[in-house]
Amino acid sequence: MTLLPEKTEKKLGLVIDLDTCVGCHACVISCKGWNTENYGAPLSDENAFGAEPVGSFLNRVHSYEITPADKPAHLVHFPKSCLHCDNAPCVTVCPTGASYKRVEDGIVLVNESDCIGCGLCAWACPYGAREMDPVEKVMKKCTLCVDRIYNENLPVEDQIPSCVRTCPAGARHFGDLGDPNSSVSKLVEDRGGVDLMPEQGTLPVNKYLPPRPKNQMDDTDILAPYLEPVADEPDGFFKWLDKALESI
Amino acid sequence: MHPAPSVIIFTTLSGLGFGLLAFLCLGYPSMGGLVGFVFFAIGFGLAIGGLLSSTFHLGHPERALKAFSQWKSSWLSREAWLALFALALSGIYALGRIFFDINLISIGILSAIFCFATVFSTSMIYAQLKTVPRWNSGITPITFLTFSIAGGALLAGQISIALPLLALSGVIQIFCWISGDKAFAKSGTNLATATRLTSNQNEIRSFESPHTGTNYLLQEFVYKVGRKHGAKLRIIGIILAFGMPIIFLSIPFSHFMALLAVISHVVGVFIIRWLFFAQAEHVVGLYYGKR
Repeated sequence: MTLLPEKTEKKLGLVIDLDTCVGCHACVISCKGWNTENYGAPLSDENAFGAEPVGSFLNRVHSYEITPADKPAHLVHFPKSCLHCDNAPCVTVCPTGASYKRVEDGIVLVNESDCIGCGLCAWACPYGAREMDPVEKVMKKCTLCVDRIYNENLPVEDQIPSCVRTCPAGARHFGDLGDPNSSVSKLVEDRGGVDLMPEQGTLPVNKYLPPRPKNQMDDTDILAPYLEPVADEPDGFFKWLDKALESI
Repeated sequence: MHPAPSVIIFTTLSGLGFGLLAFLCLGYPSMGGLVGFVFFAIGFGLAIGGLLSSTFHLGHPERALKAFSQWKSSWLSREAWLALFALALSGIYALGRIFFDINLISIGILSAIFCFATVFSTSMIYAQLKTVPRWNSGITPITFLTFSIAGGALLAGQISIALPLLALSGVIQIFCWISGDKAFAKSGTNLATATRLTSNQNEIRSFESPHTGTNYLLQEFVYKVGRKHGAKLRIIGIILAFGMPIIFLSIPFSHFMALLAVISHVVGVFIIRWLFFAQAEHVVGLYYGKR
């Protein structure tokens, strides 16, 4: 049934540290690799070596430029995948029951053999977390690597989502966000983790840690004031040149 | 949103077909025999043709029957059931009316209710989506229903009812565009709430897309062609769907003029439905800096 469970036993999800992410896209590639070779229909590419390649991915890294009025501009890399929302609109719109949220851990999954490929769940998702596979014509989405995290055939250190295992910067964290004592919950509390598009009412499980405030120029060094430019106005010869050029 | 032809054909033809069936089942016009048969055939043809067209945009149409299972939560599933009931009930009414010359009034009224309930559920598939602020409003079901009732009256030849309904539909559609144009800004979703990186949306912009090519999301949700000639198409749509039919029906009646009115109305509604999809902005475009 595509009715949402009233409550899930766990809330497995990701915490993404926007302060640490370096924008290398390794999570994108490892996600594509794992989810092509393992559970479900492979993530296809069309025209991969042609002029206009297109393919399905479950994780994408955007980059945003922020230019505050009183601070230097900076760049933030922004990985985005399914947020496994508690109030997932993609689940309730599904006419076939293919889209569902698991009671035991809160993971939102698609049963591909029931998916008719109508695309309505992707329409209902504000985050762009679902993509229709161009070859298989079924809806693909992040499974939180459900085929890794419970897979006892894998070494313990690999029993986490592929993106988390791969991230070289340690910007991705996996755990139970329903347990206030879990390491991810504490991380969210310490760093002020936030929900994306809270006004959409989706109640996402995944949280984003905002970048830490950047150092200001004036606290880089106590000698910094002595390195300030002394004369704003040109002096001597340049003063004369400036005047001469202006009077022409 | 990408204006998929199958979905535009579906919403236009099914809306008209269920509108016509509702009028026929209520006895406007009350005709049996061959004329009644032709009227009902047009109604069923439009309604069923539209429904069949909607299956063409499915990735796996062979699994379409599974769509009946989730009526408790899904408007798409409810629509499937309501359409089935509407067709079955009007089928029973039509058989009685055409072949046995009996008027099953209570079944007729029930058919009409289910016909309009089907159109309502179609509109709710779009109106329920918070991700598309232009659609996420009570005005979406109101336009779908008035279009269906006005188009049904026109096709059923109920000119005295059709004239005011066509005018009303036009006014409602214009109001829908005026409020819809402000809906995205009013929804409160912007790049600042999408990323939570700043509280001021003027301080942030998309620097780099996650991919150099296109993808499903951009193809499906960030359709931009509709904006270029949007204003012109709106005027053409309103004139064809409502203005011309009102003129054709206001001059002394002839079947030729009625045919022109119907053709003009259908073409106009097609244009308005194309705009309904092409001009709808999905919030995911924000992440790509496309809003």
